[in-house]
Amino acid sequence: MVPIQHYLILGAALFTIGVVGVLTRRNIMVILMSIELMMNAVNINLIAFSWRLGHVAGQVFAIFVITVAAAEAAVGLGIVIAMFRNKETMNINEIDLMKW
Amino acid sequence: MNFLDLIWLIPLFPAAGFVINGLFGKRMPKAAVGTLAAGAVLIAFVFAAGAVYQLSQLPEHERTHVVKVYEWINAGPAVTTSGEETRFVVDWGFQLDPLSSVMVLVVTGIGFLIHVYSNGYMWEEDGFYRFFAYLNLFMFSMLTLILGSNYLMMFIGWEGVGLCSYLLIGYYFHKKSAGDAAKKAFVVNRVGDWGLATGILLIFATFGSLDFNTVGEAIKEGVAAGQYTVSQPIFIGIALALFVGACGKSAQIPLYVWLPDAMEGPTPVSALIHAATMVTAGVYMVARSNWIYQMAPEALAVVAIVGALTALFAASIGLVQNDIKRVLAYSTVSQLGYMFLALGVGAFAAGVFHLMTHAFFKALLFLGSGSVIHAMHHEQDMRRMGALKNKIPITFLTMAIGTLAIAGTPGLAGFFSKDEILWQAFSSEHGHPVLWLIGAIVAGMTSFYMFRLLFMTFYGESRVDHHTAQHIHESPKVMTVPLMVLAVGSVVAGYLGLPKWLGPNFFEHWLEPVFESVTPAVAAGEEAAHHSASLEIGMAAVSVAIAVIGFLVAYTTYYKKSDRAERVATQFRGLYQALLNKWYVDELYDGLFVNRAKDLGRGLWRFDGKIVDGLVNNTAVSTVKGALGSGWWDRYIVDGLVKFVGGFVKTASWPIRLSETGYTQNYALVMVFGVLLVVGYVLWGTL
Repeated sequence: MVPIQHYLILGAALFTIGVVGVLTRRNIMVILMSIELMMNAVNINLIAFSWRLGHVAGQVFAIFVITVAAAEAAVGLGIVIAMFRNKETMNINEIDLMKW
Repeated sequence: MNFLDLIWLIPLFPAAGFVINGLFGKRMPKAAVGTLAAGAVLIAFVFAAGAVYQLSQLPEHERTHVVKVYEWINAGPAVTTSGEETRFVVDWGFQLDPLSSVMVLVVTGIGFLIHVYSNGYMWEEDGFYRFFAYLNLFMFSMLTLILGSNYLMMFIGWEGVGLCSYLLIGYYFHKKSAGDAAKKAFVVNRVGDWGLATGILLIFATFGSLDFNTVGEAIKEGVAAGQYTVSQPIFIGIALALFVGACGKSAQIPLYVWLPDAMEGPTPVSALIHAATMVTAGVYMVARSNWIYQMAPEALAVVAIVGALTALFAASIGLVQNDIKRVLAYSTVSQLGYMFLALGVGAFAAGVFHLMTHAFFKALLFLGSGSVIHAMHHEQDMRRMGALKNKIPITFLTMAIGTLAIAGTPGLAGFFSKDEILWQAFSSEHGHPVLWLIGAIVAGMTSFYMFRLLFMTFYGESRVDHHTAQHIHESPKVMTVPLMVLAVGSVVAGYLGLPKWLGPNFFEHWLEPVFESVTPAVAAGEEAAHHSASLEIGMAAVSVAIAVIGFLVAYTTYYKKSDRAERVATQFRGLYQALLNKWYVDELYDGLFVNRAKDLGRGLWRFDGKIVDGLVNNTAVSTVKGALGSGWWDRYIVDGLVKFVGGFVKTASWPIRLSETGYTQNYALVMVFGVLLVVGYVLWGTL
């Protein structure tokens, strides 16, 4: 029987990889993929606790997260395409509209 | 047709003529303009004649017919001086009584003849339609004046005729002298109108009404109740104020100066306005207010003295004038003086009688002089006339009749009316032998200057220059026929008012209801004034004798080839110059009033230029300077403060600004650290 720590370590590792990806990559598409990674790390945690605690709520919650992630991916990709049409770039360093 | 109820229409016919001619006359043929204008007056005359005939069919004491068209003014409560509460109510009303019936027949009848005459006289003039429009407007105003049933209506007509007089004197407005004369007439009349307006205000303040009949009844009742007595100051005040108005309009001393200058207008205007009708408005007004004057014998005395002096003064100037129209103008002033003399001695009927006869022969003389001027191509100086008798025979004959009439030849109109006045001046209880003497002397002077005019114009050697002499021609029928009608009038009009020793005085009897005395005492006095017939005949003989002397002096001086005129002029050089220069009254008035008014104007102009304008300009300059100052303040101090604050904040905030890079990943990094901090705090409790 695999102890729950393994699952949690896997989730934390995935989440850390996602965070580092978001913070360090320059391509918007890769950043979006990193965000997906972070969400799935959370999903692993939810499933693990659901299994460990014998409670179905965690699994339901995971389904919801997957749904939100799909919606988020749709909106995010739409924004990216609109941005690309205006700026003709995918490099996040060239997008600094939020500066003062 | 009931003409009596249609008297309000009478002024409207000329008014319609004025509107049509004034608006469309420029595009209408001349014949249409002239016919329309004269026709409008003719219709007015027919209506007037019909109304007067119907009035004469009424019983004597019902011969006051008032037609109220509508209530014109009904304004606020007022309190009279005697404490009665009343309202200021004025009707747009018309009144026909024996006095206004005389006036309306004279005005429309003679007015019509003059309109016809003008068709010939003005034919060649520019602005033919303008002339007739003004003339019709004048007829409207004059008819309003004499038919109005209250003082305010009369005042409207009074001002209207004043306006028309101004417009028509200034008809040749391109001539400076005509424009000046028009202005003079207008300004001098303003002085008189001030008096009339004051009188009207006093009447309302005293009686609480402006209606002729109401005021008359109020006086009668007041006398009966002992409320009013003869010589009360208020009556003298009203009478004198009204007389100031009469002096202005009827050219009495001291306000007569405008009338001789008014001869700058076309001759028909002089005949209609400045001889026959408008200038008699003052006489009419005093006669209309006779019950007020009856209550103020002192004011009557003033009227009589002013009238007598004016008659003498104007006749003296008329003796030496060389302009044919100016002689007639001074003659008019003098004859108006006669009328006021008659009014002043309480012989109101005699004054109105002379008004009527004078209207005939003076209109005739003016129109005749117009015919002469027409024939002479606008030459008015009698020294350049002479021997015109056979060249313009109709004009000569009619003017001779007019001259005989005004000179007081027995049997003609002037004789009856003038003798009535002289007799009343002598015998009436307000009369005085000195007044009679002045009147008699004036009769001689009148005879002299009129025959002088006749002889200088029509007899003797021709002094006409060669060029003009070839073109002298008799005037067309349209001008001579009115002359003939007026000549007939000048002969027969006098028989309406025969002296008592000769027959019934129809005219005086007709006017009796208007001039009945308001006090029993005055009535008794009038009865006592009837002297013997022989004395009256004697006085008439004296005045005829004086007139004959005047004629003989003129005959020997101007008909016989005599150098007496020159000799007398050199011998009494000072007097002659004074007369020729109209006693220097114009110069006196210039010095006393005109130039003082101009000085005042100039002074005010300087005050305006220096003080008022200076004030305004200084205000403007200081405003500009102040604006520059506050502009500087705004730009550098107020704006400076705002910009300083903004700049300070901007400059001081540079380190914080550095954190705002705009890169999403930076913000995300800060967020991650924040989350780590929170998680760390939750896990370990402290930092």
